[in-house]
Amino acid sequence: MNRDELRKAVLEELSGIAPDIDLASFDDNASLQDEYDLDSMDSLNLAEAVHKRLGVNIPDQDYARLRNIADLLDYLEGRL
Amino acid sequence: MAEQWANLVDYEQFCAGFSWSQARSELAGMGNGRLNIAYEALDRHMATAAAERTAIRFLARDSETPQDISYRALNERANRFANVLQDLGVQPGERVYGLSHRIPDLYAAVLGTLKHGCVFTPLFPAFGPEPIRQRVEIGEPAVLVTSKRLYQKKLADWLGEMPSVRHVLLIDELDEAPPGTLDAGALMAAASGDYVTRPMDPEAPALLHFTSGTTGKPKGAMHVHDAVVNHHMTGRYVLDMHPGDIYWCTADPGWVTGTSYGIIAPLTNGVTMIVDQAEFDAERWYRILQNQKVAVWYTAPTAIRMLIKLGPELPRAHDLSSLRFMASVGEPLNPEAVIWGQKVLGKPFHDNWWQSETGGIMISNYATLEVRPGSMGKPIPGVEAAVARKTGDGIELIEEADETGELVLKKGWPSMFRGYLNQDEKYRSCFVGDWYLTGDLARRDADGYFWFIGRNDDVIKSSGHLIGPFEVESVLLEHPAVAEVGVIGIPDEVAGEIVKAFVALKPGYPPDDNLRRELMGLARKRLGPAVAPRHIAFREELPRTRSGKIMRRLLRARELGLPEGDTSTLEGASE
Repeated sequence: MNRDELRKAVLEELSGIAPDIDLASFDDNASLQDEYDLDSMDSLNLAEAVHKRLGVNIPDQDYARLRNIADLLDYLEGRL
Repeated sequence: MAEQWANLVDYEQFCAGFSWSQARSELAGMGNGRLNIAYEALDRHMATAAAERTAIRFLARDSETPQDISYRALNERANRFANVLQDLGVQPGERVYGLSHRIPDLYAAVLGTLKHGCVFTPLFPAFGPEPIRQRVEIGEPAVLVTSKRLYQKKLADWLGEMPSVRHVLLIDELDEAPPGTLDAGALMAAASGDYVTRPMDPEAPALLHFTSGTTGKPKGAMHVHDAVVNHHMTGRYVLDMHPGDIYWCTADPGWVTGTSYGIIAPLTNGVTMIVDQAEFDAERWYRILQNQKVAVWYTAPTAIRMLIKLGPELPRAHDLSSLRFMASVGEPLNPEAVIWGQKVLGKPFHDNWWQSETGGIMISNYATLEVRPGSMGKPIPGVEAAVARKTGDGIELIEEADETGELVLKKGWPSMFRGYLNQDEKYRSCFVGDWYLTGDLARRDADGYFWFIGRNDDVIKSSGHLIGPFEVESVLLEHPAVAEVGVIGIPDEVAGEIVKAFVALKPGYPPDDNLRRELMGLARKRLGPAVAPRHIAFREELPRTRSGKIMRRLLRARELGLPEGDTSTLEGASE
């Protein structure tokens, strides 16, 4: 899976949790919390959805450090 | 086990000798029976050694290098804010709303507002535009204090339609204030750091806290300056704050807990409060507890349950020996969590209970009383609590132990709400004779400990926040595909409850995933993630009473496989 495919998969999962996000103008470097209004329960759900879809388990202590989608993609790329 | 260090050594003895006038005498007051919450929080420390003590230890999101703000500096900052209000012509008694992430100037704004005799209302920054707009329409603030980001995202589109709002003050660092807003930082820099805090009538309004009910719009519970008597007393005798303690209340100041116990009580008690800008992050939290040597920690069940989920390794890798007292509020703390605290952190969590309407802690476990895991504890000194059942024309107190009834409190404590803004009828309906009806069901055991059973209405409690089903239903009903909606809370192991919506569609709309996402998107956009449903299920039709009201109770019973109870009023039930 290349980075583009990975990004598509992650954004699909994100959109399942927060369908209010407009993916067409999505900024990978914007803060999920501030810019896209994800709260801690959304974040937990996203980690679970990514785990289910890609088989990568993100321990919560790592997850807290992933502030935007670019961080998350970097993290996942190294583990797929 | 008697804890000799505790402020409250013997609960029974202390209660027997307690009076509110004695509690009031622990405050400074301003002469002639006048007082001001902000005076107790700040001004009165100025002539003492506490003036140079750290009031706020601020931890910015991206750095854990603390920024310390002394009582003197915070007082001066609050004075500047009060002067800004004065210069703008804002009158005492007018309302100032705060919608901001946790930054030091939010605290200065709250205290400056109170100094100037204005009424402060906190708003939760994770609200979407709809809950904010409703609260602005009801409370008609003259001033809104917020940040540029929140203004642009949540307010700019509609705030111009609100005639009451004369000023929008942006308290974050700005290069340029957008049109229609003012750069509060610049105004504060130009204003004087001296301000004579207004001596207020103890019954003058000080705080307006919104809370959600089953039906209709949110209710604004009004609190007066005298409430500080409760805040101070419970900070001292329930949360066991000692001057100079490092204290951390993790509740956001956008809610009542974050105001009463995240601003007022800690400052009147002269402690150093940790203000962490970041959201929940387990590792960071343990690091803060360790590095900042937190002595008194007031947090919430949702956070505690998340910490438990992550296992005991993290806390064991940290030195938490500074922790002296831990308390929890928001929803009932499950017994396992209390015991986990004892086992893993070395101290039990002390659960307590209160509401926006009570203004401060009412029932609690104490440092010097045996903690009963799962119990909300015993009433604070000065408060009489009971369990009651409704009778035809009133209520009847239940004397027997372990009988379930509505939790009621005898009115008269200083932080009791004095009304719901513009809703007198609703306010009066909360009282029968001398008793305030809390809307919570509870039982009292033979030793006087209270145990929470549930709500006696349809209000949902998610992550400690009350959510009115009607507010959520109203937004979903705006979608053209939606015929009817019923919203309930379903149990969740971390959040206590999460919001689930049942939707019946109009003919011609397929109940598919696309529509589900569209509805979720609409709800999140309008309500924000803290209020929007996490699950939406489609149904052919929803159970209604003969009078046409959706029976949320029945939806919930069916969803959870509980007994359906009395369904005689159900539409279509046999006569």
